[in-house]
Parts: sequence; structure tokens; C-alpha cells
Amino acid sequence: MKILVGIKRVVDYNVRIRVKGDGSGIETDGVKMSINPFDEIALEEALRTKEAGKADEVIVFSAGDDACQQQLRTGLAMGADRAVQIQCDQPLQPLTAARAMLALAQREEAGLVILGKQAIDDDNNQTPQMLAALWGRPQATFASSVDLQDGKARVIREVDAGLETIEVNLPAVISVDLRLNEPRFVKLPEIMKAKRKPLEVIGLEELGVSVENNLAVSDYTPPPTRSKGIVVDDTGQLVSELKNRGLI
Amino acid sequence: MNYTAPEREIMEYDVVVVGAGPAGLACALRLKQKRDDLMVAVIEKGAEIGAHILSGAVIEPGPLNDLLPDWRDNPPPVCVDVTGDELWYLKKAGRTRLPTPPQQNNHGNVIVSLGALCQWLATHAENAGVDIFPGFAAADVRYREDGGVGGVIIGDMGVDIDGEPKDTYVQGIEIHAQVTVLAEGCRGHLSKRLIRKFKLDADSDPQTYGIGMKELWRLPEGRVQPGKVQHTMGWPLDKDIYGGSFIYHLDNDRLAIGFVCGLDYADPDFVPFEAFQQLKHHPMIRELLEGGEIVSSGARAITEGGFQSLPRVEMPGAVLIGDAAGTLNVPKIKGTHQAMKCGMLAADHIAGADAAEGFDQCLRDSEVVAELHKVRNIRPGFQKGMWKGLVTAAIETLTGGRLKRTLTNHADHSALRRASEFEAPDRGWVERDLPPRDRLASVYFAATEHDEDQPIHLQITEPEVCTTRCGIEYGHPCTRFCPANVYEMVEETHGLRLQINASNCVHCKTCDIKDPYQVINWVTPEGASGPNYQNM
Repeated sequence: MKILVGIKRVVDYNVRIRVKGDGSGIETDGVKMSINPFDEIALEEALRTKEAGKADEVIVFSAGDDACQQQLRTGLAMGADRAVQIQCDQPLQPLTAARAMLALAQREEAGLVILGKQAIDDDNNQTPQMLAALWGRPQATFASSVDLQDGKARVIREVDAGLETIEVNLPAVISVDLRLNEPRFVKLPEIMKAKRKPLEVIGLEELGVSVENNLAVSDYTPPPTRSKGIVVDDTGQLVSELKNRGLI
Repeated sequence: MNYTAPEREIMEYDVVVVGAGPAGLACALRLKQKRDDLMVAVIEKGAEIGAHILSGAVIEPGPLNDLLPDWRDNPPPVCVDVTGDELWYLKKAGRTRLPTPPQQNNHGNVIVSLGALCQWLATHAENAGVDIFPGFAAADVRYREDGGVGGVIIGDMGVDIDGEPKDTYVQGIEIHAQVTVLAEGCRGHLSKRLIRKFKLDADSDPQTYGIGMKELWRLPEGRVQPGKVQHTMGWPLDKDIYGGSFIYHLDNDRLAIGFVCGLDYADPDFVPFEAFQQLKHHPMIRELLEGGEIVSSGARAITEGGFQSLPRVEMPGAVLIGDAAGTLNVPKIKGTHQAMKCGMLAADHIAGADAAEGFDQCLRDSEVVAELHKVRNIRPGFQKGMWKGLVTAAIETLTGGRLKRTLTNHADHSALRRASEFEAPDRGWVERDLPPRDRLASVYFAATEHDEDQPIHLQITEPEVCTTRCGIEYGHPCTRFCPANVYEMVEETHGLRLQINASNCVHCKTCDIKDPYQVINWVTPEGASGPNYQNM
């Protein structure tokens, strides 16, 4: 069985996000970029599945310009067998991304697609669900435990009410949550090996997908800065200050 | 650690370089240019190349012309030609323009982000066939059977705070090499160990240091004058503390502002970070910054000892280059060109000799040391205060360093005076309102990150000294000289307890240098920990 894992190149979670001066986007100049943390967890799960003898190949893919090859190489160094870069020069919106994933899943005859539940840049949480719908296959989202047995996946989902256990038939789409696992550290010799692993570059059009932007971003604004606080002497003053501001 | 580790995996290289700064990268690239058959690796503890690099930085492009003759066709991402120099003497409210000393004439130089330059240089080195490994820390030295240096040991990953392996534990590998090049920058932790072990400083003065702090700002449109270089001396420092500021105008409304002061200050209550923040409130600078925002900030110690503090730079199997050795030129306020030249010189030597032996002489015969020799008395001249220092500087500049005298350097940690013997002068410091509010707010802009469940990388060799002698005599100066607020004395029922907030550390090494009892030992944390500087 082949497992497909999607990874997205995003601004590292430690970096303080800054909006560009003209509000046209997020500052990425000189900013550390990483694999979306949820996608790293997805990849870790795929690797563990393969190591447990339940899969034959782990294919890691990303959509973007050549810069995303850096993250694909990291994925290969973690242990993926090969990588596919879906070449495109603009960020893909969820529906287009899902269509590209569908084309890839069909081409590879994937038995399982594991994705992060969302990317930390746009926080959409849409692509895995869209892919499942387009593919006509089951979805198991927000996974905190995955167990593959006899062509089925038993998945514990993190839902508002607690934990929900479901079983889905493979092929399926699993989107993973934070508590599923802790991704491994990359070993230095693996980085050297990763340089020799295959990395295929394929155009979006070659997959038969065209870019469709259904969302228009008008502008980006940073959250308002916190104004300076005051120290109150007693509860009486606190109440009156809050009243003055119309907060109570 | 109770856990018995299996034998470490080994990778073999001809040369391993520790540290992807200007010295290390120039050395690695030059090695491949000279000898394509050599296998060269560069190990860098920062998560990315440039993540731990912080500098002004106005650089002399000479070594770049040598290393990459066509570099101007494809320059590093931040690179602005210097258009003019200004030197100001500041008083609390006023200022006087001083003539720019010849060493500080920046005609023909460029303002860069050293972090961005290193990233760019790393790409060149990788294209030339160098293997570069960011995110891996050289935690220890690997010794050959004959006792010489035979490479480095990469730090283990996934070790918990008590030293036990976690689920994610990965053992670090050994990198074996014919020659190990230590390019860790100022006060590198392996360099420090090796200088001691091989007594490399037996014939030199103690090394001396400064602490540099820097902020990168984005200012309202039109305020920045790209290429303008400003330096200040005077306020907020009193005449007994050596130091000053730099203000470099970049493109795209960006401005680099920083402050450097000698770590040979005597006042146990002095807070270098506060001095930097005060400086920003001088009317001339405040006017510039107001309404802008901080993009990134950080701190790093620099070597200031120069010629007389330069240790022997070779030992069996290894060499020291750049600021790991101490090649920075203080009167020029520049180290990058010296570091790069030193790295290239080491590369030429290693490419020819296939060994470390002979590099010390090679460096001492070079223009790198000639440049240090010429200005050797200027920095120590300031030990007796600013005015005497300026006189010495003038004499040494006029005579081109040809006077037959060499002033002596003293260890910075011995310069601190006891609290009871020292009365700090009134420096006329003001109430501040520009960001950051305090050191913690500043650390936020350094984007520093350490997994908190790992061994504390700031080792206190004699913890009882902190609460007893050091506390009584100096009043816990670690809580003040650290620019990242790593050290805190916490009140507890049975007295004060030293709390080390290791995850705040920006790897500047000031504590390792300035602590008066020398009980703080900075060792590397897990690879990829530490600051994530952007364009610093």
C-alpha cells in the first residue's frame, strides 16, 4: 500500500508574523520557513505505519515553487521514500489543492492519504474534507490515534465532546491533530541520503488541474496593538474604570 | 546519563567546519574552490543559516571580491552602498559632530545583514559541493588516539531535563575529519575548551570582549536615508565605560540600530541592555524611531582583544578562525572582512598542507594580523576612560601603530568592582517609552526557542557561589548583564534561589565571559534551539 502525505511550506511557528507595509500579504523576506507542524505529524504517522509493516511506500508531496523542495527534502530525510513537487507559482486555494491531490492520489493509486488538519498560515481546515468528497472516499478528521487493520482504519477523533472512535474503509483520507504523535528528529546521515532520493517535479496542468480562485483576499491587517494599561488602587476604581469604557 | 548508548554512527570528511558564519563559510567555499577533491562539511547549531548571526553590519567587500569575483551581479539580499559617515558625541540632550576617524571611513563599503549574507554565502558553498548541516550542534570534540583533534561529536537530540532519553531520542553522530576548523564566533564553547586544553593562550593576553545588542526597525515611509552610516559615543555611557552605538540606514524603510559596550566595565549594577534602550531615547534617535516597529532584535558578544589577545590558532588536528580566534578590528568596528580573510587563509593552508600544523605562522604573517597589529593599542587605551582613550587613539593613528609599545589587556570578569567599593555615577538616564518595554519583550523579537525539557545548557559549576560570595560582593550581576533575562534570583522561604530561564537564551555568551567567579559555563543546547533572527 502506498501512503501519500501532503506537506505545506509555511512560516515557522516560532516566528512573529508581520503584515507587509502595504497590507498585501505576510512578510516572508528573511523569515524562517518550515513544514506545517500538522503535516509533520501526518508524515510521522505514515512513517510509523510503514515501519510497522502496514505500508510499502511513503510519498511526500507539496505544491509550490522550487522553494518548497527544501521542505520536501526534509520530509525525505525524515524517511519518506520519494517526493513529488506540484509546480505552481501561486499559493493554491483549498479546492484547487484538493483537486491536485485527487489527481495525484489516482495516479499513484494511493491506499491512504494522510494530511495535517490545517495549515498554520491560512488555518482553513478544508482541503482534507474536500479531497475525500472529490475522491468519493471516507474521511477521518482530527485523528489522535490511527490503527490500520484488514483494509480498514480505526481512528480516534478529537471532537468537541471528547473522543470519537470511527472505522473507515481504505482508501481513505485522514487528517491529523496535534496529539497523534511527536515527529522524529532528522538524523544527519539521513540528510545526505535524502539528497539522492527521487524528487519528481510535475506541473499542475500536467495533472489536469487548473487554478480556480473562489476566494478573493482584499487585504491583511495586523491585530490592533494593546494600549497601555493602568494600575487601579481598589475595586471601586476598577468598577468605575470599566464602566467609563462601557465594558460593564 | 544512566542510559548506555550504543557506539555512535560515524561520517568521514576531510575537513569539518564548526559554525556557518562568515569565517566558516568563506573557509569551506574556498576549500572547494582550491581542492574539489576534498570532502567538506559545515555544522551550524542555528535552525537555519544566519539564525544565530547578528552584526551591524557595514563590511569591507575586499574578501568577497576575492572569493566570488562576480558577487555584485548577484548580491546578497540586503546590500546597500554606504553613502556617508557621521560620528556624533552625545550628551543627554545635545550632540556634537566629530570628525570621522580614518579607520571608520566607509567609502566603498556596503551595509548588509550578516545573517542574510551568510545564507547567501551558504548557497554558494553548497553549489560548490560543501555539505552544510544547519540545526546540528557540535556538542563535543572527538579526539584521535594520539590526543589530537579528530572531528566533532554532534549533540544528542531528545534528551530530557534530567539527562534521560525521551521517546524522540536520537543519538548524535561523530564527524571524523583530518582537520577541524573552529569557526564558532566569539567565545565558542568548543574553542574555549580547546584553548584551555592545549594552552593556546599561554603566550597571549587574556581575550577581552564587548556585548553588542541590535534591533532591526521598520520606520514610517521616507524617514530612512539608505546608505547613511551613523555612529555615536558618549551618553548614555559615562566616560569610564567603553562603547557606542551604530545606526545604519538600509533600504525599504529599514534601519539597523545597535549598541556595543566593552565588558570590562567596573560597575556591578550596570545593565548593558538598559544602556541600549536609553540611547534610543536621545532626541536625535528617538525622533528617528518614533512610530516605527521592531522587526527583530538580539545580542551577541564580540571579541575586542585584538593583536595581543590572539591565542595560538592551531593545535594538533584543528585551527581557530575568525572571532573564535579573535580577529575583529575594534577601531574599524568591523570583523567580517577579517573573519572571511582568516577563513580563506586557513582554507589555502589546509588545501596545501592537508593539516592544521603551520597555520599559526601563516596567519601571523598575513595582512589579517598586520591589520590588528597596527591598531593594537587603541582599544586598551580606553581602559582609563574615554578622554585618555581618544588621545591614545589619535597618537596610534598618527604613528600608524609604529610606536614600540603594546598595551596590555586584562580579563573582563576581573574588572568588576565590588558593590561596596563602587558608586555608580549619575548617567542621567530617562524614563523610557519606546519598545521593547523590558528584556523579556525584547527576547520576543529574537524569536528564541528551546525545548524546555532538555538539560539546562547554562551550567553553574559551583552553585553555592551564586547565593554566597557573588551575591554578597557583587549583588548577583548575572541578573543584570544578561540581555535576555535568563538569570533571576527568586525569593524562597530559606533564602534566594538562582533560577535559570535557559529557554530565553539568545546564545550571546556574555554570562560565560562576565561572571566574576567564572562559574557559568555556556554549552550548546539541542541543535536548532536558540534565536531565529531575521535579517540581523
